[in-house]
Amino acid sequence: MHKYVSQIHRCFRCGYCKFPTDYSSFNCPSYRRFRFDSYSTGGRLWLIYAWLKGEIEWSEHFAEILYACTTCKNCTEQCPMKFAPDIVDWIIEARSDMVEKGKIPPRVSRFFEAVYGYGNPLKLLRSDRSAWSNGTKIYAPGDEYLLYVGCLGSYDENAQKMAKSLVHVLETTGVSFGILGNDEECCGNEIYLLGEMGLFQHLVEKNSQKFKELGVRKIVTLSPHAYNTMKNNYPAFGGSFELYHYTQLLNDLIEKNQIKLPQARIAVKVTYHDPCFLGRYNNIYDEPRQILQSIPGIKLVEMERNRKDAFCCGGGSGNFITDLLAGSADSPARVRIREAYETGAETLAVACPSCLTMLTDAVKAEDLDDKLAVKDVSQILKESLSAT
Amino acid sequence: MPELKFDKTKCAECKAISCLVKCQYIDFKDKDKAKIEWQKVINGEDSSVLEACTTCYACEEYCPFGNHPFYMIVERQEEKGILPAPRPIVTMWINQCEPVGRFMVGKIEEKALSYCFLPQLNALVGGKLFENIAHSSFFGQEFFCNVVYLHYAKMSIIKDRLPKVIENIAKLGMKEVICLHDECYGAFTSLAPAYGIEVPFKPIHYYEFLYNRLKELKDEIKPLNVKAAYQRNCSARLSTQMDHFVDDIFGLIGVERVQREYDHENGLCCAEIIRMAKGPAMANDLQKKNIDDMVKFGAKYCVFNCPACYDSLAEKVVKAGMDPIHMIDLCRLALGEERGQKLPLEGMPALQVAMEGK
Amino acid sequence: MSDVYNALQKIVGKDYVSNQAEERYFYGRDPGLMPPHEPDYVVMPKTTEEVQEIIKLANREKVPITPKGGGLALTGLVIPLKGGIVMDLKRMDSILEVNEKAGYAVIEAGVTQGALKSYLQKHHPRLRHSMPDSPPIATIVANAVIHGQGRLSQQRGFNSDMVSGLEVVLGTGEICRIGSCALSSRWFSKGPPLPDLSGLFLGWFGGTGVITKLGMKLYPCKKIRDAMLFLTDKADLVPEVIRKLAYTEMIEDIVVTAQPLPPRFKGNFYILLYITGDSEEEIEFKKKMAWEALRVYFESKDGGFVSVTPDMKPSFLAMPSKDTTRFADVSKGGGFEYSGPIAPIDKYQLYLEKLEELASKYKLFYSSAARVIDGGHSMMFSFSYTFNRANPDEMKRAKTALDEAAKFALKEDGVIWKPNIDEQRMVMEKMNPTTLKVMGSIKQLLDPNGIMNPGNWEVK
Repeated sequence: MHKYVSQIHRCFRCGYCKFPTDYSSFNCPSYRRFRFDSYSTGGRLWLIYAWLKGEIEWSEHFAEILYACTTCKNCTEQCPMKFAPDIVDWIIEARSDMVEKGKIPPRVSRFFEAVYGYGNPLKLLRSDRSAWSNGTKIYAPGDEYLLYVGCLGSYDENAQKMAKSLVHVLETTGVSFGILGNDEECCGNEIYLLGEMGLFQHLVEKNSQKFKELGVRKIVTLSPHAYNTMKNNYPAFGGSFELYHYTQLLNDLIEKNQIKLPQARIAVKVTYHDPCFLGRYNNIYDEPRQILQSIPGIKLVEMERNRKDAFCCGGGSGNFITDLLAGSADSPARVRIREAYETGAETLAVACPSCLTMLTDAVKAEDLDDKLAVKDVSQILKESLSAT
Repeated sequence: MPELKFDKTKCAECKAISCLVKCQYIDFKDKDKAKIEWQKVINGEDSSVLEACTTCYACEEYCPFGNHPFYMIVERQEEKGILPAPRPIVTMWINQCEPVGRFMVGKIEEKALSYCFLPQLNALVGGKLFENIAHSSFFGQEFFCNVVYLHYAKMSIIKDRLPKVIENIAKLGMKEVICLHDECYGAFTSLAPAYGIEVPFKPIHYYEFLYNRLKELKDEIKPLNVKAAYQRNCSARLSTQMDHFVDDIFGLIGVERVQREYDHENGLCCAEIIRMAKGPAMANDLQKKNIDDMVKFGAKYCVFNCPACYDSLAEKVVKAGMDPIHMIDLCRLALGEERGQKLPLEGMPALQVAMEGK
Repeated sequence: MSDVYNALQKIVGKDYVSNQAEERYFYGRDPGLMPPHEPDYVVMPKTTEEVQEIIKLANREKVPITPKGGGLALTGLVIPLKGGIVMDLKRMDSILEVNEKAGYAVIEAGVTQGALKSYLQKHHPRLRHSMPDSPPIATIVANAVIHGQGRLSQQRGFNSDMVSGLEVVLGTGEICRIGSCALSSRWFSKGPPLPDLSGLFLGWFGGTGVITKLGMKLYPCKKIRDAMLFLTDKADLVPEVIRKLAYTEMIEDIVVTAQPLPPRFKGNFYILLYITGDSEEEIEFKKKMAWEALRVYFESKDGGFVSVTPDMKPSFLAMPSKDTTRFADVSKGGGFEYSGPIAPIDKYQLYLEKLEELASKYKLFYSSAARVIDGGHSMMFSFSYTFNRANPDEMKRAKTALDEAAKFALKEDGVIWKPNIDEQRMVMEKMNPTTLKVMGSIKQLLDPNGIMNPGNWEVK
């Protein structure tokens, strides 16, 4: 029996989970979007408990509330209770119980089917997975790093730019790396968060097997989602590797002078959006900023909600596909774009393909695409190197 | 019930009456008057000494015979129902350190670190100094040394709890206990023997541990080349045989101990107990004297032996332009590591405002 | 009923109305012990005009309306006792004005305690409001409506005393302004020097009208805020300690805590006092005055100031205090409720003994926080009991204990604060009959159709 069953009643619905540290605004993406208390973490936990007790029955609306949570962990950060670290696990466990019962919204079941059948949630062909890569080296035993590109980096138009920039920068450093190409499979982070544990285990085993056969020791990921699951969830299922997010690797290479930064300055104001799976999940806040600050001419300005208080773009837990938080000026990505714009920055820097795609769509919805550029850190770095 | 091993004949023979004459708080220039007053104490009569005592422990050090004059004072205070501090504060201390069955024990080996019941020590233990032993440790009320009750005239609590604590520690099976808290070392090497309580393990002062460990890591030490004031705490008076380690450690890590007035035998306690027992005026006055003395001799750091002294003085040390640091952290700096204990600025509102330039 | 739903959709937009089981479940209960009752609809208006339209609709269709802020009174005041519409006001979240010179803020009904605090810290750091210890989602308006207390209550009275004006949508759907704002655009007074009509709305839990805007007085926010802790083990000394401290006119807040655990609390009364100042000199002087005020207890050894270590202080200084909320998880059960009668401070020992008696009788873990109001003119004494939400028997025992506590307090000169409907009945039974008649007339006048949070303050 899952732990949540005996613990979830402990939520007092005090509402701290709705806020960032300074209480200045609402920091729970689903609460911010919908504003019904039922969509906040406290509401969600009370409804799960009600469902367990049989006081409410499963419905599509209930499922929508449950899956509108992007598992951004703002609630974990803010909840004053001792069980705070377990909150998101409870939600995942409840989801996994519902998956077992077959009680999931259609969008979520389509997500699972696509990953199972195609190895990616966008339901695109496996044979097209590395179409973006333009001859990037395929990983061979002995290479130092496996560059794990991920589904968005492989298939999404915006995120492909990210993959290409990163590859370009890495190739200038002489670091030995390779990709899996068409053999790459979904990392499973969203699958885990959405509660399909059977499929997740299948993916972990498949991926771990592949990595072990190739003698992979170090993995550098494009996406914080992949970084998070391979670092934190894979070991329990038998897959233990040395994990790095690309910003950690790039920062390290800059510090060791293996990336020669240009003298020429591109004077630009940049603000950085902390991805949930890098920031709150894994405490990585400094490396991306250090990269940006090492590029001559870049002035880094912070949004009001930054680091552990960063406001989620709304893409987590598969929402970059299922899009349960879309359709309003209160959609988290649009709120975040407005916040970025208020800093006076010309560029919003991201370090996650999910954030990239969510925020790129949002900047258009906000009619700010000629005023605020959304780029990932490797793109910004590449552009500065090319400007020499 | 353990009894104090006190030899009245030594006091009868004593010509110096150092316990009272050297006292920093009670004025006994006249040795004859001191002798008479002291006889009153040891004979169980009423004496002004019992009310006036600030419980600084110094007379334990001053007595040339090691006859435990301070423990005698505490016994007499308790017999006569004299409370050095307000009753509710004494109650709070008695209750908060009572074992409640919640404690932490790591993987105990031949040597183990004792955290006593001081969570502040957790931040300090880390890095190369402790990498081979950090896992072998214990913490909790069950392992609390109980020495603090000397400040509250509760020798009965010590007599009741200390034997059990020693037993709890011994049961863990280690041969040597590295006392991260100076008071624990005093409990095992001064207080327990004074009451005939056997200590079936070898207590090691963390100074000795640090010194030996620093010698092992000699090649990694980068001398700090800095002046420091040493804050000699009350319980250091119970284990003066450890004092030389301060200079030994400083010698290894390139720290100059400023030769100031309120050091060694003339050291001033941090005064936080005095604040609760005698009031803020006396405590503030003592702290000012102490810190002015540090500043006068050009100290950059104020080095602490005791976390409670740190809590009491750190803010004032910073305001006076110096850097408060525990001995362990000082050693970590010398090894090129970052200190483990960050200044708790959020708990120092006036200083926080001053530093944030509001 | 679906006509009501359609009509509500037309007023606020389809995204902000729900008749779904999940919203009805959640909005039909609060975290306390009162039995739930589900609404038929939950609606979230954005503007005063939308509130007006909703109330007009409710009057036409004779559908009850229950306004809701954070829902943290814990005594079931947001539970729609007769179904109908729950109006969640938190979308009305604009801070409309901060007048620095006159020292007030004008805010909408849904502005949270946290939002106002944050806004003032950022834009008007020399001003603050009286913040309660409820979680920051609690709204300013709802806290005033229930006569809440906060950090400035020792100096200034109830948080409702600090209100400086109201905009109310009446039970008839008409908008009216209360106070100086009825005459001009200034919100500096809620009544004086005219007949004070604010009493027609504050304390009525929405039963006479829905407050859509409120003026709140702001007070000096000094740069430094510090805390001192005084301990005594004699309950009979507590009132005098409070009086002596209040007499200095130098203390911000005084809270007296008593609870059996953790062990350091056992047998003692923890008197937390807060000092504010713009300089260290001011802080040290005030600390000295506080110390001198209580010197007599120090000398008799009946009480003393305990040094608060830098590690402990942040939790004392936190606003709101998270420790208050954490009490709910003491028995790992997610629940606590308190009866917090307002009473003369000389009742402290009597109430404390009752608190302990009830805890023992009903086998509950307890805590009490007594907050001094208005220089000691009264105190809020909380009988707080935790309960485990997964243990119905414990919940029942906690409710019984709280009922007995309320009865006791009423008998012993206390006035029940934010009374649940059972406690409201107790209060009305004890009340002077003519006073009760006046209350009844007001309710009848302002809510002729009986649709405004019905079930509350129903005068028979």
